[in-house]
Amino acid sequence: MATHSSLRRTALAVAALAAIAYPLVTGSSGSFLTIVWAKALPVLGIILLLQAGQVSFGHAMFFAVGAYTIGFIGRAMAGGDLALLLPAAALASLLAGLVIGVFVVRYRYIFFGMLNLAFSMVLFSMLDKFIHITGGSDGLRIARPAVLGAAMERSDYETVLYYVSLAILALALYGGARFLDSPLGHALKAIKSNETRVEYLGISARLVLLVAYVASAVLAGVGGALVGAVQGIATPDYAYWVRSGEFVFVAILGGTGHVAGALAGAFVYEFIRSAAAAYVGDTWQMTLGIVLLAVILFAPRGIVGMAAELWGRITSASARHGAASPEAAPDAASARDARPLRIVGGGR
Amino acid sequence: MKQGGKWAALAAGLGLSLMLSAPVLAQQKPSEIKIGIATFTSGAASVFGVPGKQAAELLADRINKKGGLQGVPVKLYFIDEGAGAETLTNEYRRLVENEKVDVTMAAISSGSCVNLAPLAEDLKMLNLLWDCGTQRIFEEGKHRYNYRSQANATPEMMAALLYLLKKKPDFKTIAVVNQDYAWGRDSWELFSAALKKLKPDVQVVAELFPKLGAPDFSAEISRLLAARPDVILSTSWGGDLDTFVRQANQRGLFRMSTFVLPLAESSLQRLAGELPDGVIVGARGDHYFLHPEYKDDADFKSFVEEFKQRTGSYPIYPAFHMAQAFAALEAAYDKAAAANGGAFPDREKVVDAMSGLQFRGYGRPITIRPDNQGLEAQLIGVTRTTSEYPFPIIDDIMIFDAETIMAPPGKNSLEWIQELDASFLETPAKEYKHGK
Amino acid sequence: MSHIIILAVLDGIAYGSLVFLVAVGLTLVFGVMRILNVAHGSFYALGAYAAASLGLGLTALGLSPWLSYPLFVVAAAAVGVVVGGALERLLLQRIYRHEEALQLLVTFAVFMILDNAQRLIWGVQPYFYSEPLRLLGNVSVAGITYTAYQVVFLPLVAIAVLVALRLFLRHTLAGAVIVAVTEDREAATAIGVDARRVFLITFIIGTTLASLGGALAAPTTSILPGMGADMIVLSFAVAATAGLGQIEGTAVAALAIGLGRSFAVFFAPELEVLMPYLIMVLVLLVRPEGLFGKATARKI
Repeated sequence: MATHSSLRRTALAVAALAAIAYPLVTGSSGSFLTIVWAKALPVLGIILLLQAGQVSFGHAMFFAVGAYTIGFIGRAMAGGDLALLLPAAALASLLAGLVIGVFVVRYRYIFFGMLNLAFSMVLFSMLDKFIHITGGSDGLRIARPAVLGAAMERSDYETVLYYVSLAILALALYGGARFLDSPLGHALKAIKSNETRVEYLGISARLVLLVAYVASAVLAGVGGALVGAVQGIATPDYAYWVRSGEFVFVAILGGTGHVAGALAGAFVYEFIRSAAAAYVGDTWQMTLGIVLLAVILFAPRGIVGMAAELWGRITSASARHGAASPEAAPDAASARDARPLRIVGGGR
Repeated sequence: MKQGGKWAALAAGLGLSLMLSAPVLAQQKPSEIKIGIATFTSGAASVFGVPGKQAAELLADRINKKGGLQGVPVKLYFIDEGAGAETLTNEYRRLVENEKVDVTMAAISSGSCVNLAPLAEDLKMLNLLWDCGTQRIFEEGKHRYNYRSQANATPEMMAALLYLLKKKPDFKTIAVVNQDYAWGRDSWELFSAALKKLKPDVQVVAELFPKLGAPDFSAEISRLLAARPDVILSTSWGGDLDTFVRQANQRGLFRMSTFVLPLAESSLQRLAGELPDGVIVGARGDHYFLHPEYKDDADFKSFVEEFKQRTGSYPIYPAFHMAQAFAALEAAYDKAAAANGGAFPDREKVVDAMSGLQFRGYGRPITIRPDNQGLEAQLIGVTRTTSEYPFPIIDDIMIFDAETIMAPPGKNSLEWIQELDASFLETPAKEYKHGK
Repeated sequence: MSHIIILAVLDGIAYGSLVFLVAVGLTLVFGVMRILNVAHGSFYALGAYAAASLGLGLTALGLSPWLSYPLFVVAAAAVGVVVGGALERLLLQRIYRHEEALQLLVTFAVFMILDNAQRLIWGVQPYFYSEPLRLLGNVSVAGITYTAYQVVFLPLVAIAVLVALRLFLRHTLAGAVIVAVTEDREAATAIGVDARRVFLITFIIGTTLASLGGALAAPTTSILPGMGADMIVLSFAVAATAGLGQIEGTAVAALAIGLGRSFAVFFAPELEVLMPYLIMVLVLLVRPEGLFGKATARKI
């Protein structure tokens, strides 16, 4: 046991150190990774809702709320300060999540997904239409804000954003894992398996779902604000249904069984997307589509699921060689037992 | 222990991400000049992007056949504006940081330009705004690395307005049907502000901004048929313009109103038979495959013919805009080399050469103003069906000099428009009739 | 004023007819298979491209343009049978046991692939084929010229499709089998109904309707890569407003959304794009099962 636990901790520490050291070692501002850290946030939000069996096809709206919030405040305050903008984005998406959440948590499955989509399309149309306020389809420019009062050159600013995003993501992944392990998290998962039983226990399923919904909205909002800050622009596309679809896609790609799926999915997605844009040019959409099909058909538990299985095989193999602790075999079995999320169809 | 595999997966993901994203440290090759070009290869605006790309490939081949820029061959890298803002900025950075391009040409969409110009400035990368129309970029800030090798929305709109006022001075009502995005809104703001100043009695009877990429304009056309405006302006382009024109033509709107379509040069070949004669069309600059001043010029003819041979169509304005960007680059390298005692110039010296640069694509010569904006003349005329081509050509052409119809450096276009008076109507233009 | 209302109504009917054809296919597939086909809009686009290609072929061969009308149906059915059938057989059949989110994502992936494929096959320049629009000539209403194609032909096709679907589902054996599978799949299978076949046929009918919508839209619009992406959300809004699986309801909702849009163009152009989604949100907030959907008992 000790061997594995320490191995795991070492691996995690090495990865964290590598992420922290990356800009220092390479001297690059790592904006690709900043986008990955930032985009993993809304995906984590989707994963939270998936625990309750609910799929939102409208979470891009909160992503847009975050990005436009920092755009509007930045415009009003000649750039503003990152230390103010990010909490403002979190607050705005929290409020938006609360207002919309109150309506949508009354519904389940296809109705839940549909209502989210409808709200996001209303926001999309408004961002697109009210051009004098939002900049229309060309988007809203997000001027580079100060950081704690200090004006920044682009490279320093990007380094700051890299670490801020990494820190927020680390916090969110930790918080997300803790949340899912808490009584509230278990109640959330119970909504999927048997909602009525949840209510027999005296817990309001709607309230539980609302908490998760607002949390996911805040994650999406902060993610949107960070992406907006890196890009220097917010466009109505941030709220379009295709982007909401992408968040769900990335969650499935990464694996919905664990919060780490958000990170793994976001990384692989962005990597394929930019590699495809760079090397296959005209067919990047098709490439992504084929990857998605392959994942669903052959690895429905996503990257994290595959990794866990692989880990299970390695440890059980080493157990056979007598090199590892006797707990290894049950561990592998539990990894194999980790089934993909089962979402019960609404009308079936 | 249950969590072990998952944490390992997390760690592995992180490690993987760091390995894969480490920048490739490419050796800088003095053996070629790398040009990064942002254009639309997907989405509706690829009607401009693809001809622009085809022109770039053709021009690069020509330059390399001549031995390159200052003896160094050029190599092109294309990135897709249609892939969305984030992918575009990431791709732009990849070109600059990984592919180590020497110069970029970005972009078609004003949104992309607004997005990429500050990035180019920060990355100290020479960028030619080769096709985007917004007048705001150089009116709102000083740049060292960004230059526009073509006109902007202000002279484009003023030329259309002047042509209309010269050819049909007595209209009383106007309606606008523009695409609902920055270009559609901004171009109407400029046009209507100047119209109000020069002909204040004109009444605007409908302002319609259907969404970009709208598939159907039936309700808009019904409303226009009911409103009966004397003049209908539309700065739309691509499939939107085609659909609008075809539906309007079918329902007789062209018989009722005079149309002003400042971007329709790019649709003429597709709209064969659908666009009646007498419609005012522009080309976003003084370029046209039958440019009255250059159509018999050998170099011009060979470009048009080679483009037609390669792509099956005559070049439209984005192809000419691309030619202007290449001409600017060629002139800048020559000027910088001359200033460098004939030796191959480094990047900063090429940037130095950009201010005040003079060059010529396939229209009249262009000068870069002190505010980095190009001074490009404007060609505008009306459609005419002839027996020579299976689609309408532009006839009764007027060509306006740029300086007379745009805000001077450092001046906001809308403020400049507020200072216009009746003497603006007398702005001279050279006039040409087809076949004469 | 009153004649402006007549104009808005006519435009709303013309637009609603086209949207109905696409949305009814979506709702049929969902009603029977419980799959929300995100790639439905791609079939709309494929139908338009196929129709325009065939139409241009007619012109090239010098054949009568009147042939384009039957050809539109042929094009739509070909897309539905070949592409729709292949999609159901090769992909969807493998995922009926998967959860809904995964099924949705499979169709999302197909949407991305088909969208890209259109660009590779037909290029990026807009296609158009407006011959059929001209053949039927114009009609004049309240002094305003309309194309007979849009205000007479399209609504007639929509009504014909509605009546045909109703007759098929209520008065034919095959229709009864489809309804049986929709109502209770297990019971239907128990009495010997081949659900796999029913799914295949339903999916082909649904995608054929989408491509018929695209084929009939082809003469009125420019056919462009990406034209399916907006259509899918719009037809989705219509289907959701009506209540998923409601065929007659879809006709009413399509008409309502068409009228909402055209009245917006005349009286509040700023709301034009917003209209379908506003209607959808308002309806879903009051009746999540849609205007005509039946509220189902909560699952335990």
